[in-house]
Amino acid sequence: MKISYFPGCTLKTMAKDFEDSALASASCLGIELVELPRWNCCGTVYSLTSDDLIHQVAPIRNLIRVKEQEDNRVVTLCSMCYHTLKRANKLVREDREKLDKLNNLMYREDVKYDGEIEVLHLLEILKNEVSFNQIAKKVKIPLKELKVAPYYGCLLLRPPEIGLDDAENPTILKDFLESIGAEVIDYPYQTECCASYHTVVNVDLVVERAHDILSSAINQGAEAIVLSCPLCGFNLDNRQKEIKEKFSDFKGIPVFYFTQLLALSLGLDEKVCGFELNFVDPRHLLKSKHLTGRV
Amino acid sequence: MKKEKSIMEKIAEANKTVTKGVDEKEVKHWVTIYIMGKPCRVPAALTIMQAMEYAGYKFIRSCGCRAGFCGACSTVYREKGEYKLQTAMACQTRVEDGMYLVQIPFAPAEKAIYDINEEEYDISVFFKYYPEVARCVSCNTCTKSCPQDLEVMDYVQAAIKGDFAQVAEGSFECIQCGLCAMRCPADIVQYHLAQLARRMYGRYGSLEEKNVKKRVEEIKKGKYDKEFDRVMSLGGTEFKNLYTEQQRTREVY
Repeated sequence: MKISYFPGCTLKTMAKDFEDSALASASCLGIELVELPRWNCCGTVYSLTSDDLIHQVAPIRNLIRVKEQEDNRVVTLCSMCYHTLKRANKLVREDREKLDKLNNLMYREDVKYDGEIEVLHLLEILKNEVSFNQIAKKVKIPLKELKVAPYYGCLLLRPPEIGLDDAENPTILKDFLESIGAEVIDYPYQTECCASYHTVVNVDLVVERAHDILSSAINQGAEAIVLSCPLCGFNLDNRQKEIKEKFSDFKGIPVFYFTQLLALSLGLDEKVCGFELNFVDPRHLLKSKHLTGRV
Repeated sequence: MKKEKSIMEKIAEANKTVTKGVDEKEVKHWVTIYIMGKPCRVPAALTIMQAMEYAGYKFIRSCGCRAGFCGACSTVYREKGEYKLQTAMACQTRVEDGMYLVQIPFAPAEKAIYDINEEEYDISVFFKYYPEVARCVSCNTCTKSCPQDLEVMDYVQAAIKGDFAQVAEGSFECIQCGLCAMRCPADIVQYHLAQLARRMYGRYGSLEEKNVKKRVEEIKKGKYDKEFDRVMSLGGTEFKNLYTEQQRTREVY
């Protein structure tokens, strides 16, 4: 199965481990993610101002790129890109006047957008088109004894008309993690906000929130967090440095992209997992569970 | 038989200043252009640059190679009856009747000072010197303003992805006129950013050019010393003749 793939800027830089592990895993599962030519930034943060159309240009231009490939679907990995593209798509599908204005703004594009493209997240492809049962059959190294806490954050789930699962009680990450053999930890903070871009100007706020989220998971017995957003990843992983400075009893916990664990469980070369890019090094944990060094 | 003019002669002729020397009796077609609002009747065959000189302006800025290479003669104009502001190089654009225009002598933007040997070959270098690049909203205004028809937005987006090669290749023909930066609603200085990318790519990313290395070694070993000595010992007139001959026999453009 071939599908157009929108990487997003962060997957080419700070979250290279996310992209590498996703591409390798998808290929192993028979999905060819074909990177869009000439894609631009997704628009980073959907603009909530109703007449702020200039910030809808970036996402809609990307959907034009998908159309140029004669594809009718595009898959993303980053929760932020997923959210921004899908929400902008919804906006123009429901407001013809805005769509016309956007097409007029992009008059140099040969292709006009008409709301045809479906925006999907890789988790949806794994669930609905590969199926978690099929994934379970392809798992070579079940992650048994690894206690993982799924973290959805906001952008995969809210608002509900954009979310890929139940906004209050999501199960997609849990079901996915069970299919690769992990023990899934339930905890009340899995849909809390990580404080998002406050990380640029208000580190204290992020530290408080991330500490609450991570501590809740740890208290329920989690050994690692699993997520799909590089920004959540930054706040929950990299900010553990500041969390430790503020909360001296905080021990730290590795944070994975879901595709890193998928690649690991499929028995792929550990290089594609890029564990060296994780801020809190997970390799000691994986080794202690005999999950690495086996291929 | 009339001798065919050499390409250099044609270029020289095309680019001569026309403040003097236009025989108005020979001009069949005239247009009126508005230079900074002032109506001026000028021969229709002229470029914007030539027309301004014809109208009496003497360039001390906004003028350079007169051949579309140097990027000094940025112009903004509106065509008659058109609402869109257009951009061009004055030396490469023919006047049109009813055109309103002005020269932009300089695009004000701070150029970062750095030592490429001390910079990390990493996306962070873009954000360090030109952090406003992250403000790009993909509106494509830069691309529309580029007189070189570069895909400016695409290379700005490549910078945000940390793709030095794409920025370098996509901006290779940039003439640094600054029109992109003058039009950008996000205040990005695209041409400075691109220059940083090309330097970094040249230093760290691109493959080493073997022929250059070979030639540098040849120079160091003194292969061309004799020839250099000969040229350096020439008198003024001899040197001038040699240069003219070289320009005549080798097509530099």
